[in-house]
Amino acid sequence: MDANLEPVLKDAADFHLFSGIETEDLRVSYSENEILKGITLDARRGEILSIIGPAGAGKTTFLRSLNRMLDLDPDWRVAGAVRLNGQTIYSKEIPVFVLRRKIGMVFSVPVTLPMTIYQNLAFGLNLDREGKSRRDEKVEKGLREAYLWDEVKDRLNEPAGNLSGGQQQRLCLARTLTLEPSVLLLDEPCSGLDPISTRRIEEALQQLKRDLTIILVTNNVKQAARASDRTAFFLFGELIEVQKTENLFTTPREKKTADYISGRFG
Amino acid sequence: MRSHWLARTKYTGGVLQGLTAFACLIIIAIVAIIIGNIVLHGMGKLSWEFLSQPPRDHFTKGGIFPAIFGTAALVILMTVAVIPLGVATAVYMHEYAPKRSRLVNLVRLAIQNLAGVPAIVFGLFGVGFFIEFVGRGLDRGLYGGSLVYGQPAIIWSALTMALLTLPTVVVATEEALRAIPTNYREVAYSLGATRWQMISRVVLPQAAGGILTGGILAVSRGSGEVAPVMFTGAAYSLPELPVRLHNQFMELGYHVYVMSTQAFDVEATKPALYSTVLVLLMLTFLLNFTAIMIRARIRKKLRNGR
Amino acid sequence: MRSSGVLPYRSEVAPLPKLRQTGTLSDRIASVVIQGSAFLAILSLILIFIFIGKEALPVLTSSEVQKEASLSRLFLPQHARAGEAAEFDWQPISDTPKYSLLPLFIGTLKVTVIAVSIAIPLAVAAALYTSEFAPSWARETIKPCIEILAGIPSVVVGFFCLMVIASWLQGAFGWTYRLNALTAGIGLSLAVIPIVYTVSEDAFSSVPQAFREGSIAMGASSWQTASRVVLPAAMPGVLAACVLGFGRAIGETMIVLMASGNAPVTSWSPVDSIRTFSATIAAELGELVQGSPHYHVLFFIGAFLFILTFLINLMGRWCVGRLQKKLQGAA
Repeated sequence: MDANLEPVLKDAADFHLFSGIETEDLRVSYSENEILKGITLDARRGEILSIIGPAGAGKTTFLRSLNRMLDLDPDWRVAGAVRLNGQTIYSKEIPVFVLRRKIGMVFSVPVTLPMTIYQNLAFGLNLDREGKSRRDEKVEKGLREAYLWDEVKDRLNEPAGNLSGGQQQRLCLARTLTLEPSVLLLDEPCSGLDPISTRRIEEALQQLKRDLTIILVTNNVKQAARASDRTAFFLFGELIEVQKTENLFTTPREKKTADYISGRFG
Repeated sequence: MRSHWLARTKYTGGVLQGLTAFACLIIIAIVAIIIGNIVLHGMGKLSWEFLSQPPRDHFTKGGIFPAIFGTAALVILMTVAVIPLGVATAVYMHEYAPKRSRLVNLVRLAIQNLAGVPAIVFGLFGVGFFIEFVGRGLDRGLYGGSLVYGQPAIIWSALTMALLTLPTVVVATEEALRAIPTNYREVAYSLGATRWQMISRVVLPQAAGGILTGGILAVSRGSGEVAPVMFTGAAYSLPELPVRLHNQFMELGYHVYVMSTQAFDVEATKPALYSTVLVLLMLTFLLNFTAIMIRARIRKKLRNGR
Repeated sequence: MRSSGVLPYRSEVAPLPKLRQTGTLSDRIASVVIQGSAFLAILSLILIFIFIGKEALPVLTSSEVQKEASLSRLFLPQHARAGEAAEFDWQPISDTPKYSLLPLFIGTLKVTVIAVSIAIPLAVAAALYTSEFAPSWARETIKPCIEILAGIPSVVVGFFCLMVIASWLQGAFGWTYRLNALTAGIGLSLAVIPIVYTVSEDAFSSVPQAFREGSIAMGASSWQTASRVVLPAAMPGVLAACVLGFGRAIGETMIVLMASGNAPVTSWSPVDSIRTFSATIAAELGELVQGSPHYHVLFFIGAFLFILTFLINLMGRWCVGRLQKKLQGAA
């Protein structure tokens, strides 16, 4: 498995400087069923890592194990290591709600809270004193980074439900960005969106990857090809291979990868 | 032959339809008669004086203000006890307790079925537990044996009523909580909210309408049920308003009961009696109507997807 | 740095803080308060079970209580005086207290049967009409009507019964007792109608439209559909409605207290006064001496009512649940 990866940092001194998120032999199971069977994968700042694979491959579970959303249901069991900037996150000492502000998540269905646009964006900021300072600034910044500012700047006090689907999803993106996370996890964010909204989000990600680590789970192989720098292929809870995107799509090392990409199954 | 068969079918068809429609008519007529009768005989004495003055001359003159005051005081005390407890119980069962806990399901079952237990049984509990056990205990501990809390008092009636209406509030709150999509909770968590922040900023504001409905239904029941307060604190004729927790109180429903069964001059007190019934009826209807309106508004909001 | 030449991101280099920082305090306080309140409420409800049971137990266990009110004295006829015929009498306040439950049982049975025989046909018929035949203006009239009826406090219904219905019936039929089982039964039916109606109407509405469409497609008229398809399909729900209505009737106190005469007479005539279980508790709770056999017998009756109505409710809801499953499976 290791041979498929770009060389991972093994030098302890480098851990402090490693900015990004990595897992080491991550095993996840849900009441007796093994969902992830030992994933060792890393994603670094400055790149977009996309994860492709058929349904049931464990992509969403992998994503949710990174920001400890699996904690919400006690039937999930996690073993192995997950590290953010070198610091292990599955530890009793780490307050999970602080972690989740550093690792933002965008879901596949845009879920806007039943409040105004502004209140949606400020929701994360209002949670603690530090966030409340310079709230308007941060809201505007988040909206600009999600390419939504121009469309809603005059409508901030309208209910968020008034927006179109594509706008709502960008709102969800902006909402996580107001918290200035280090890592951004996106779970099929463009499923069900029209091509223009999809392109806007992909453009936003391209701009954001400079400062963030971005992991994009997608069912759409073409999207992975055009929007990411590295691509990982998951199948039945295992990481089959991970490479630079252009290499994976032109010269995949595993036959299963080639079969999936060419549509022979999925 | 064919036309004969058709005719017979139409005839019997009409009969069933007519019978069931007739049943509806009977029910509507009964309700109309009851309300009409009460309004007719009760309107006469209804006036601002009636609502704001205390009674005189064995209830033939004056008003029923003390009963209104007593009912209001009872309901307020009951609400202060039942809403926090009921909402907390529902929030605990829905948000804090482990999802598939058998114990929680058992408790939920018990609460739902407690709603069918007769009110008088709660009254029995109120007398036996609150007055005799807790009240006497308080008296021994705080008042050296003299009779202060070990007798009928508004606090005991209020607590008994709170137990009676607890299931209503819990069920209404849980319904409201269940109606909130899990997505909202997930989103709140993913933005870094703690459990209490998620509950207080997302869940409770959304559930507020349902909680309010449950509260109003509890209040409506609390102002109308007589059996639980009969021996736990209500009294027929009192010289003073209840200003202490250990005072007895006058109550509209109890007043109606005693006046109609034990007053010695039925004819003379009849107008006052009817007016009291009318006041009680109007109060109950107002409360129920408010609850229905709120519920309708919530349903409309849900349908519009907001 | 491996990613060369890029400035450090705003917050990336700061490590995650350890626990016991801001935010958890209010979370923990809230958690304690909520769980504490929930436990308090649940405990109180359990307490009701336990306390009533505890005070009812001496009838079965304490020999002192049993001198006056043992199980046999409650259920079998007793000799008031040596040589006289054995009778069932409920007279707790007298020189020789008598605690036979039979007059109370018969009284409860009479008034409940009368109430339920009036209420069920009316309510089920009205529910059937509302869900199958009624035009929408009629539906908008009868449903609020039922809600209004449900909202009338039982003391008001009892009042109406006592003042108006009893006098009408007395004027029309001239019975010996103005307040009797029939009068109370009529009043009680008014309290039972709303719940039977609501549950039945729910049951009829949950019958999938596909059933009706199938029947009409085969040429049945709307009444045939109603009586041969909808009614049988909704039968568990209607049965549940009847069971719940029965439970409501058994437990109702005020109407019976005001309109039934409150005399523990043992007879099968519907126009004799009666005393029911719930009215007995209400009528005698005021003159209670704590710890006396009378006290324990009243709690015994209370425990009996509690368990009975609890089980009836359980059964009713279970039936409704089964109906939902059946219809959802078929739909």
